[in-house]
Amino acid sequence: MVAPVTSLARSGLGDWVVQRLTAVLLAGYVLFMVAWLFAHAPLDYDQWRDLFAHTWMRVFSLLALLSLCAHAWIGLWTLSGDYLNERALGRKALLVRFLFQMFCGAALFGYGVWGIQILWEL
Amino acid sequence: MDVQVSVYRYNPERDDVPRMQDMTVAVPDGKDLMVLDVLERLKAQDPTLTYRRSCREGVCGSDGMNIGGTNGLACVTPLSEALKKGRLVLRPLPGLPVIRDLVVDMSLFYRQYEKVRPWLINDTAPPAQERLQSPEEREQLDGLYECILCACCSTSCPSFWWNPDRFVGPAGLLQAYRFLADSRDTAASERLSALQDPFSVFRCRGIMNCVNVCPKGLNPTRAIGHIRTMLLRRGI
Repeated sequence: MVAPVTSLARSGLGDWVVQRLTAVLLAGYVLFMVAWLFAHAPLDYDQWRDLFAHTWMRVFSLLALLSLCAHAWIGLWTLSGDYLNERALGRKALLVRFLFQMFCGAALFGYGVWGIQILWEL
Repeated sequence: MDVQVSVYRYNPERDDVPRMQDMTVAVPDGKDLMVLDVLERLKAQDPTLTYRRSCREGVCGSDGMNIGGTNGLACVTPLSEALKKGRLVLRPLPGLPVIRDLVVDMSLFYRQYEKVRPWLINDTAPPAQERLQSPEEREQLDGLYECILCACCSTSCPSFWWNPDRFVGPAGLLQAYRFLADSRDTAASERLSALQDPFSVFRCRGIMNCVNVCPKGLNPTRAIGHIRTMLLRRGI
């Protein structure tokens, strides 16, 4: 059995469940946004600001944002294990994979914090 | 009728790199041969051509190879189905080290098979005669026990190509579920614990190449789904 160090939930089952739950949540968010945009066309800035003034919308958006970060991390982590491994890159694979995961982690963390700032007007 | 055959050749004692060799073989008109029959004819032309074969009826699983881009058993693949644009292209099973020509080193494949402990584990005292199953319990093993370990499925699986040392692969996982589903086996918990890491089962991305190529018509993806459900039931 492989002991994962950098995977999100440190377990295949955990990552699998998180990836599916976040996918459902993201699908719900996208469907809601598309439906809302169609229902409010032509859209103006006040309507858009009113929508995001509701706490439930901010919480829903924050959930979607965190889901996106978790979902993306699991996907990119898997991808790095598939394509940036010893079979593909030889001995430098560990360094390349580690740097790739560091970059992805930092980028997702940055986007997450930035998204929170925007949502909560910090 | 003459058939053009392009066959993968590699003899590590002589060749630096593998090459494709073009050969022509005469096949009788009005009769559909199996790919293995074509290979036998090719071997008569060039006795150095190397491949594995044994039962010639899809039971032993020895002659798994890549036929016209799709893995299959040479002995049960009709030439008419294998011909692409009038040519037959034969390569070894992908992703495994080539020993010579169409013969691959299956050690990695067998190591993954061993990992799932493909034998019945039951520590309770054995009954006087045998451990009985009801017809319904026995039915649970249909579609699982028939695997002949030809490796057509695992070597057509991209996840197995990328991580053959860590992903068990469809053949191994089909057998893992064969024992998880067996009413006589008492080691389900340990078996599942050994499979819950991110690689052993969860590297399956549901590509279903395994289902597409299995010469016995088995469905490893469904078995993997059942394993995931069992893990989920235990984990939530």
